[in-house]
Amino acid sequence: MLHTVNKSPFESSSLRTCLALARAGSDILLIEDGVYGGLAGSAHSTMVEDALKSMKVYALGPDLKARGLAEDRLIPGVQVVGYDGFVDLASANDKVQSWL
Amino acid sequence: MKFSVMVNEGPYTHQASDTAYQFTRAALAAGHEVFRVFFYHDGVNNGTRMTTPPQDDRNIVDRWSELASEHELDLVVCVAAAQRRGIVDADEAKRNGKDGDNIAPGFRISGLGQLIEAGIQSDRLLVFGD
Repeated sequence: MLHTVNKSPFESSSLRTCLALARAGSDILLIEDGVYGGLAGSAHSTMVEDALKSMKVYALGPDLKARGLAEDRLIPGVQVVGYDGFVDLASANDKVQSWL
Repeated sequence: MKFSVMVNEGPYTHQASDTAYQFTRAALAAGHEVFRVFFYHDGVNNGTRMTTPPQDDRNIVDRWSELASEHELDLVVCVAAAQRRGIVDADEAKRNGKDGDNIAPGFRISGLGQLIEAGIQSDRLLVFGD
């Protein structure tokens, strides 16, 4: 299943809840303010680092760029995709769950 | 693959209308079918042609209308959510005694059944909101 998270973990608990409930093998896509959850060295990095042991985590490139966040600031293992990659992830997974 | 998209947030609010549009455009560009875009709650505000953003800002409503015209997209606005927010087509205006309509080109007003049908008919339903 693909999970999309569009809120910063500093604003909402949706990323924490998503990661707690997502099964191993899930894909997590951080979009909009959700991309802040992909930043390395933040107060919320640990839960994403733990998730990366059993899931794949992606961040939407245009939303990183819109916020002035360079890709080298991401937690190692978080992959950057564009909207075309978002479409590919939505196709590859049998369901899409939006954490709003 | 057949996608449908649901938009629950108004334009110029946070980012959901923009993300939904960019996703829809990318899906069409990749050769996928988009069965329907359904606008619910404040998302119905994506469908008024009276929207007049500053010239240097994107026109979210026109952008949907143009995409609909290019790809014969089905843009559906929930009737109950639309009535509450003053989004009307000619028929609804007449029925409710209003002095004009404001639905944007390419949009049509219908009911929640269209969302259920989109969920049944499509391989994936993506929800964008706040």
